[in-house]
Amino acid sequence: MAEEREIAEAMISEIHKKITDAFDVFDHEYNKTVDVREIGTIIRSLGCCPSEGELHDILAEIEDEEPTGYINFDRFLPTMTKVLMERRYRPIPEDVLLQAFEVLDQEKKGYLMPEQLTKFMSEEGEPFTQEEMEEMLSAAVDPDKNVILYKDYVTMMAVEAP
Amino acid sequence: MGCGSSTTTVDYSLKKSERAMKAAILIQRWYRRYTAHLEVRRRCTWTIFQSIEYSGEQDQIKVRTLQKMELKGMMFEKEINEEMELEKYYDFENIHLSEGYKGPHLCFPLTASHAAALVEAFRHKQHLHARYVLQLLLETWKLLKLMPNINRVSTCYNKEITVCGDLKICPSWHNGLPSVEKPYIFNGDYVDRGKDSIEILMILFAFLLVYPNQVHLNRGNHEDYIVNLRYGFTKEVMQKYKVHGKKILRLLQIVFSWLPLATIIDQKILIIHGGISRSTDLDVIATIDRHKYVSAVKQPKRRKTTRQGQRQPGECCCGINRNDSSPVPSTYRSGSDSRPLNSISKGVRLSVDKELERCRKQVGLSDDTRVSLLLSESDTEQYEASELENAEWKQVVDILWSDPVNQEGCIPNVVRGGGCYFGPDVTKEVLEKHNFQLLIRSHECKQDGYEFCHNRKVLTIFSASNYYEEGSNRGAYVRMGPDLIPHFVQYQSSKTTRKLTMRQRVSRVERSAIRDLREQLFAHRCDLLRAFEQCDKTKKGKISLNDWANTVESVMQLGLPWRILRSQLVPNTTDGHIDYQAWFEHLAIEQPIKETPQSSSLLETLYRNRSNLETIFRLIDSDSSGLISFEEFRQTWKLLSSHLNTEISDQAISDLARSIDFNKDGNIDINEFMEAFRLVDRNPS
Repeated sequence: MAEEREIAEAMISEIHKKITDAFDVFDHEYNKTVDVREIGTIIRSLGCCPSEGELHDILAEIEDEEPTGYINFDRFLPTMTKVLMERRYRPIPEDVLLQAFEVLDQEKKGYLMPEQLTKFMSEEGEPFTQEEMEEMLSAAVDPDKNVILYKDYVTMMAVEAP
Repeated sequence: MGCGSSTTTVDYSLKKSERAMKAAILIQRWYRRYTAHLEVRRRCTWTIFQSIEYSGEQDQIKVRTLQKMELKGMMFEKEINEEMELEKYYDFENIHLSEGYKGPHLCFPLTASHAAALVEAFRHKQHLHARYVLQLLLETWKLLKLMPNINRVSTCYNKEITVCGDLKICPSWHNGLPSVEKPYIFNGDYVDRGKDSIEILMILFAFLLVYPNQVHLNRGNHEDYIVNLRYGFTKEVMQKYKVHGKKILRLLQIVFSWLPLATIIDQKILIIHGGISRSTDLDVIATIDRHKYVSAVKQPKRRKTTRQGQRQPGECCCGINRNDSSPVPSTYRSGSDSRPLNSISKGVRLSVDKELERCRKQVGLSDDTRVSLLLSESDTEQYEASELENAEWKQVVDILWSDPVNQEGCIPNVVRGGGCYFGPDVTKEVLEKHNFQLLIRSHECKQDGYEFCHNRKVLTIFSASNYYEEGSNRGAYVRMGPDLIPHFVQYQSSKTTRKLTMRQRVSRVERSAIRDLREQLFAHRCDLLRAFEQCDKTKKGKISLNDWANTVESVMQLGLPWRILRSQLVPNTTDGHIDYQAWFEHLAIEQPIKETPQSSSLLETLYRNRSNLETIFRLIDSDSSGLISFEEFRQTWKLLSSHLNTEISDQAISDLARSIDFNKDGNIDINEFMEAFRLVDRNPS
């Protein structure tokens, strides 16, 4: 029993350290606070894949009653620990992602036109900013054929599990 | 193909658009996660480069505590004081142009077209003859001598002034060449790092001579012969100028020491290379003899010296008393562990005189006067610095080496080893004292080429793009008219980077950083292994990821986020554990010589101290021939090994010498040697 608890404690300690490391990367003033706009990046860098809406929910939990534009580590740590322990916002498996692209590719051509993808990403769901759209296109569009071969794209962008 | 507007059945269309929306959210979620990941990688890469660069600067200053270098530096100062001899000494008139010299010709007094022609010539990769280099440097020196320590500039003629900092890499002049209509202020650090440093200097000095009222040059911390020894400028000059290189370098040191320290625009904007400290006082700075401080790295000797010129234990050359064991507050350093001052430099804390005594006994100093000049402790003419000189010296060092931080206060800059970290309160105080509205400085590379801090009272401007690696950062310069409102121009000099995606750019820069980091880790292999073994209670050769990260940080002390970097550095893990022996093998590179038990500590010392080694070699090579004798080679190793407390046997040194193809009859070519040990990536990724 004690051993199990030891293992659990070790696991929590490891999670805490991971969160601390990720937080510190964005703590520019070394005072255990980060700009609230970086929270999404930090959470995602820890392996979670929340939607913008889910991010807002998390923020609501950790922000001060009177938002200062900064998030304190003390409030971030417990919430984030829970998120990681409960394995919330798991990343999307490659095959599910592929299916998502296939939904957009209604004609089942195996590729998407840049205009199609742009329309989807900028108008549907939680729309991209122009910058995000341009960045995505710059990597996704096959320069010779001027289409998005989404199967290749998804494979290329596979992110290593942290 | 937006939401299908088919109207066959309401349900179907709803379902379809709902599916499309869900698909879109999925993709967006996934993509945002991806870019976040990329962003973190980018930041880590940045931190890696900075850590390694700054710890290199610190190393540089540590090595300086070896007394022999100080002596050499002092000899040099005496020469400098004999100015009348200089022109005779440099005697460029007797340097004849070789037949078939196709490079640019200069005649004095220089005109604007000469200067422009020089720019063109360098663009076409031409080489300026040593004769002209020396002549140009002499004329520059004569001009600089007339200038005050602080240049005062005004925008009253409706001109826009352009300020650049840290040029280092050849500028493309898309802002236009300096002219009467286009005044420039160059904020230091013209050399080291790039391959065309001497050419940059020639151009800057040429324009200074042509437009002395419109071109203003501040001194940077790299306008310093000791820093140049380490960071490559000395090597560049020797390679390009061979026979005349030594003369050129000596004249350069004089010219550097005469560079003004600061520039003020309209009595409102202060421009200096590094930063300030609480004690910065421009009135004091205005009165000092700036040329006395040939190298800001070398502190004038303190008054209380013993008979033999031994320095008090614990002091080191930057005025930071390393015996002070109070830890640097963790808030000043990245990483969650505070780094006590006294753990940073174990070697430095040994009393220098004790070191030297041991060295000399071990090396068995011969009567060779050249060597003994370097290592001798006795010094018939002591240079005793007064309190005033030390205070002046500190003013200079602070200006050239300090960095702004967000924490209030003013503490020693332990990362660089000189100058201070100054906070917004110091900025406020100093600016108010002098009635300034803005401080412009350089000294630190910025991702976007420029950055404000301290409530927009401090502006860092960095003009060398792609400083660390292709795609690493943009460069910027700032233009201001009489309204003194800064306008920025950013650029990234490369035709190819524009076509690279962010992912490719990050990857490329990151690969470079990871490679450098791997080298550092490899260099500390023995310490790491020892630490891992201590941690590995079960002695199975494996440790947990957590322990790995903690151990690596405690050994390397770089303040890096190891857990985030782990996937880049450790390819294989089995259920949360790392096989550390296998990891070292993976880290290993193609080694030019076979590693034996005897040679392994030598190799490690070599990799870890490659820069220091090179610095010492070049100092020993007093005739700057690029060659040192085998005996000097051996003595250097002995000196280094005792200074670092490692054992290196004679046998190992001989083996090392034999294994490299020395083809210069008993002499060792420094460059060949250093090249042979450049680490090669066994697994280019």
